Amino acid sequence: MNEFILVRVVVKIMVPFILLFALYVQMHGDYGPGGGFQAGVIFATGIIVYTIVFGIRRAVEAVPMSAVMAMVCCGLILYAGTGFATMALGGEYLNYSVLDSADPVHGQHAGIIIIELGVGITVAGVLTAVFLVFAERRARR
Amino acid sequence: MTEEYSIFGLVVLLIVLALAITRLTSLLAVAILAGAMSFILATVYTLLDAVDVAFTEAVVGAGISLALMLAAISLTTRREEPWRRRSAERILALLVSLASGAGLLYATLDMPLLGDPASPANLHVAARYIAESPASTGVPNMVTAILASYRGFDTLGEVAVIFTAGIGVIALLRHWRKGEA
Repeated sequence: MNEFILVRVVVKIMVPFILLFALYVQMHGDYGPGGGFQAGVIFATGIIVYTIVFGIRRAVEAVPMSAVMAMVCCGLILYAGTGFATMALGGEYLNYSVLDSADPVHGQHAGIIIIELGVGITVAGVLTAVFLVFAERRARR
Repeated sequence: MTEEYSIFGLVVLLIVLALAITRLTSLLAVAILAGAMSFILATVYTLLDAVDVAFTEAVVGAGISLALMLAAISLTTRREEPWRRRSAERILALLVSLASGAGLLYATLDMPLLGDPASPANLHVAARYIAESPASTGVPNMVTAILASYRGFDTLGEVAVIFTAGIGVIALLRHWRKGEA
């Protein structure tokens, strides 16, 4: 699709805003609609649209496969690790109240933001990785 | 009352779009209309005050599904192959869809009315969530508070499912070069 200059210019302008909107949804999941899952999907959509228009070569230059693989794992580790951290601090698994010894409500809020970040990183990583491995096979043929 | 009429109109529009999709042979048009259907569904959910569901529907149905469909179309073909079923097959297909549609409609008779305060979903823990979650988690969006805190184990399991599905696809499809992580 890269022969259409209109598509290239519009996508080049839009993709940074799509990624920025994903980060907004991620960070405002506690106040507005959405959260980690939706943010991850929007982030992956931005990368996929970029790949469709500019090709897999330029996409993996911007988002290396090793970084995507790291995202797939790190999100889940962050989520599960939060559970172990709360256990180390003397609470039950995933009981965020103990994250802030002075203010349990603040601890809950912090825990929710951390695990939503974990959800977002893994979802963005998995969707991007699945698309990229398909696109790579096609490019190799 | 205007909400009910708007929802009714949008549902009629959904049916029209679904019929249009079955008649079209341009795959590009089908993909775009499917995205439009998702957007209309998201509007219906918004009118029903389920903004988080609406947001997910818009992001998944009209966002990433459409992007993946467009990618598939740009790699394959834009036109559906013209082909005709024999009339016996068509009648059988019609009977199967009518029967399953009737079954689903029959199942809705058992469902509680929309927004019924006495429905099981609203009687059990919902009242506690509404009363306590803003004060005990500090998060105004109750859906986020329930998913991330009250049901943190469920969400951890969901992320693990997405992770497992992802590494499965990667392990099957990735072309691994020597000495590359």
